[in-house]
Amino acid sequence: MNSHIEIARKTLLEPAEVGNRELDRLLGKMAGKQIDHADVYFQYARSESWALEEGIVKSGAYMIDKGVGLRAISGERTGFAFSDDLSLDALTQAADSARGIAQGSGSGIAELVGQRETDVPALYSGEDPLLSLTEADKIALLERVEQEARQQDPRVKEVMVNLAAEHDVVMVVRHDGAICADIRPLIRLNVTVVAEQNGRREKGSYGGGSRQSYDYLAQEGRALGYAREAVRQALVNLESIDGPAGTMTVVLGPGWPGILLHEAIGHGLEGDFNRKGTSAFSGRIGDQVASNLCTIVDDGTILNRRGSLSIDDEGTQSQNTVLIENGILKGYMQDLTNARLMGHEPTGNGRRESYAHLPMPRMTNTYMLPGHSEHEEIIESVDKGLYAVQFGGGQVDITSGNFVFSATEAYLIENGKVTNPVKGATLIGNGPDVLTRVSMVGNNLQLDSGVGTCGKDGQSVPVGVGQPTLRLDGITVGGVVV
Amino acid sequence: MAWLYNGGMNMSATLIQAPRAASIDLQSAVECALAAAKRLGSSGAVAGVSRTSGYELTVRMGELETIEHQNGGGLSVTVYMGSRMGASSTSDFNESAIEDTVRAAVTIAKYTAEDPCNGLPPKERLVQDAPDLELNRPWDLDRDTALEMALECELSARGSDSRIVNSEGATLSTSARHSVFGNSDGLMITGQKSRHSLSCAVVGQTDSGMQTDYWYSVARDPQALESPQVVGSMASRRTLRRLDARKIKTCSVPVMFEAPIAGSLLRIFVSAISGGALYRKASFLLDSLGKPVFPQNTRIHEQPHLKRGIASAVCDAEGVATESRDIIGDGILQNYVLDSYSARKLGLETTGNAGGVFNLTIDPGTRDFDGMLKLMDTGLLVTQTMGFGVNQVTGDYSQGACGFWVENGEIQYPVEEVTIAGNLRDMFLSLAEIGNDVDFRTGVRTGSILLSNMAVAGQ
Repeated sequence: MNSHIEIARKTLLEPAEVGNRELDRLLGKMAGKQIDHADVYFQYARSESWALEEGIVKSGAYMIDKGVGLRAISGERTGFAFSDDLSLDALTQAADSARGIAQGSGSGIAELVGQRETDVPALYSGEDPLLSLTEADKIALLERVEQEARQQDPRVKEVMVNLAAEHDVVMVVRHDGAICADIRPLIRLNVTVVAEQNGRREKGSYGGGSRQSYDYLAQEGRALGYAREAVRQALVNLESIDGPAGTMTVVLGPGWPGILLHEAIGHGLEGDFNRKGTSAFSGRIGDQVASNLCTIVDDGTILNRRGSLSIDDEGTQSQNTVLIENGILKGYMQDLTNARLMGHEPTGNGRRESYAHLPMPRMTNTYMLPGHSEHEEIIESVDKGLYAVQFGGGQVDITSGNFVFSATEAYLIENGKVTNPVKGATLIGNGPDVLTRVSMVGNNLQLDSGVGTCGKDGQSVPVGVGQPTLRLDGITVGGVVV
Repeated sequence: MAWLYNGGMNMSATLIQAPRAASIDLQSAVECALAAAKRLGSSGAVAGVSRTSGYELTVRMGELETIEHQNGGGLSVTVYMGSRMGASSTSDFNESAIEDTVRAAVTIAKYTAEDPCNGLPPKERLVQDAPDLELNRPWDLDRDTALEMALECELSARGSDSRIVNSEGATLSTSARHSVFGNSDGLMITGQKSRHSLSCAVVGQTDSGMQTDYWYSVARDPQALESPQVVGSMASRRTLRRLDARKIKTCSVPVMFEAPIAGSLLRIFVSAISGGALYRKASFLLDSLGKPVFPQNTRIHEQPHLKRGIASAVCDAEGVATESRDIIGDGILQNYVLDSYSARKLGLETTGNAGGVFNLTIDPGTRDFDGMLKLMDTGLLVTQTMGFGVNQVTGDYSQGACGFWVENGEIQYPVEEVTIAGNLRDMFLSLAEIGNDVDFRTGVRTGSILLSNMAVAGQ
């Protein structure tokens, strides 16, 4: 079996006739006095997507994205250039551009120290998911999922199914001689349905994915399960009434509602904001920022998960980082640059959307560890409140700490019982405050189904979230009933 | 600001491209792709190539922080095999890669279903005599001058008040995009567009905590950019006014969207009357043609041919000539927003909106910003919204917000951590006034918008 590095060399370097000697020369050009770090990131990504609507697979698309990004860092300065041309001429020109940043601010003396290949254990197979089903079988899968949704209920009027896969070969070559490679598969399937009853139309949407082949979707009836879940949500929403406006007790279901953690504390604990002192969590390590029921980690090491990485985009092995332990803020998520500038260790969170973007600290899979309460016990503890189980997305203002997340399936809780479904509403809170209001944590940790995409500074990366059922004593709910 | 979303949204990189100049290269790539499509048996094909070159320079706390040299390209192809369709794209431009890319699209088209609505737009609608919209105003800006401008901008923001304690930096960006687009009906058009911007974000602090806000200027023509001092002092002013924000009590009040974010309401309107949402019956404005959607006297129209406009174009993404037209006239929905596929689905004709709308404009009223506050009298001025709480199927709207509490037409204090909610159908009909403080920086041109009532959730 070939190592990832050999495969990456064959895919990325050999066609461009770039070998060890050329890499040495390139890094030699970028390294040197006043440069603290230099690296070259090669990438070849193949991806496809298929879309079904109105009962037929109408469109498909295939994409190739190939290129190289070169970076030189001097103190807090970064020079960056990228090219879709891997030829030595283009690489040399880009190296010159990137190197141009160094004008006396760096203290480093990045020297070439020979090449050292590092192969870390892979957290996913290097198999190309695009080849894991025939085209005909991909079509058949989409059609089967559509039928499953339609046969659930005659009120289902529209069904849209999307299937997508990506095979991403990346290679990082650093001035310190480290050469690492990763081969990252990624698949997902999404179902959206519109149901109609007495002229009222409502939407339901569900999906899942993984860093595996398309087989994952067939296993355990997953794909058909997504279809049934999307229909269930749409039918629930057909019965929903206007929701309450104001501050109230909210119970969040397990799994994807962990978007709370991603927004409320996750971004605020990324190293760049904390180095710059622009996060609401800046300088707060050791402080109590959550109730002592809360222990939260960012874990890039879970096998096959959407948010996992064998190595990050700077060649650091990913890890399980404790962010908050029993309510106390323990640490930040770091890339190489921010770790170096803060005197911390890198945590394997240096990620980039592609070769055409600079890496920065990003989350992987962020979740809260389970507590001791039963799910039912948590619901029963609430006299009057909201139970929110599905969400669209969330957003945060890192400096003020204000964050939102938007529920798409929620219910009233009255006298300890879940009653009427209510229309979707946005919840708003403040990051450093909201987790101090966690008064119960369930024993039912779930991770999301593999659907998260996180955006920061215009760069999107796949991530995961998770949590057990949580009770929040007081968060503002954006319904219409004042 | 950062976000997390569970949709398939791919906010894919704006790929910016090499100074490999010459339009002939790009045109040959398009010709090569169209020829390959024909050779491989397609009945119709579309190919587009673009390259952008430029750089972006960021300073922070008085020091250069990053220079990003932007350099890359993309080719995309759509082929039709009868009424089946396939698409592909590549960042690789050599002839064999183009052939492979077309072949991939052809393969896909063998597996997709017959769909009689597929196909190229009507020939007679394709753009012919393209007027010069002056969209290409390159900027020969050397790095030292760029650095000076960014430093000056950030300094204007940081030096203005002792409560400005930190900075996210100032960024100067300049780029030029060169594109060629053709189809098998003989269309071949080239375009060049420049884009320059200057932005700044700073952090203010008081005992109650930190706040950040920003300002930016963007233009096709570098002469039209706001000066570094203006951008910097706007960023500072906008940050300072947010300090010591509080929550307000839950209430039902008039809400005014400040001009820079009022466009978000019109973007929702556009997506609700777009072909894709209509033929999927996934819009709260189904069957609204000829019916009142906004109050009488409201006019919303497209101005695709504005000189140097940020969303000006001679044709849409399918090559269909763009035209000035009314979408809302006297409050009534006059026209949808369609490409040729969705038009065929609906039994209508394309409106030349493949890829979106062009300089969508809502005619302003006579009041300036202060006059709008006076008209509102008491209510919430919203300066930022957050979240994913817009349901296009039902029109239910619920978003996080921050802004200012207004009484007797005067701003009283900053507000944060509240939500605003309503149903968009009611919200549009309750539009009370549009200010003349029009924001020209995006493809949607509007002044501040006052809605007569929304639910505000707070304490």
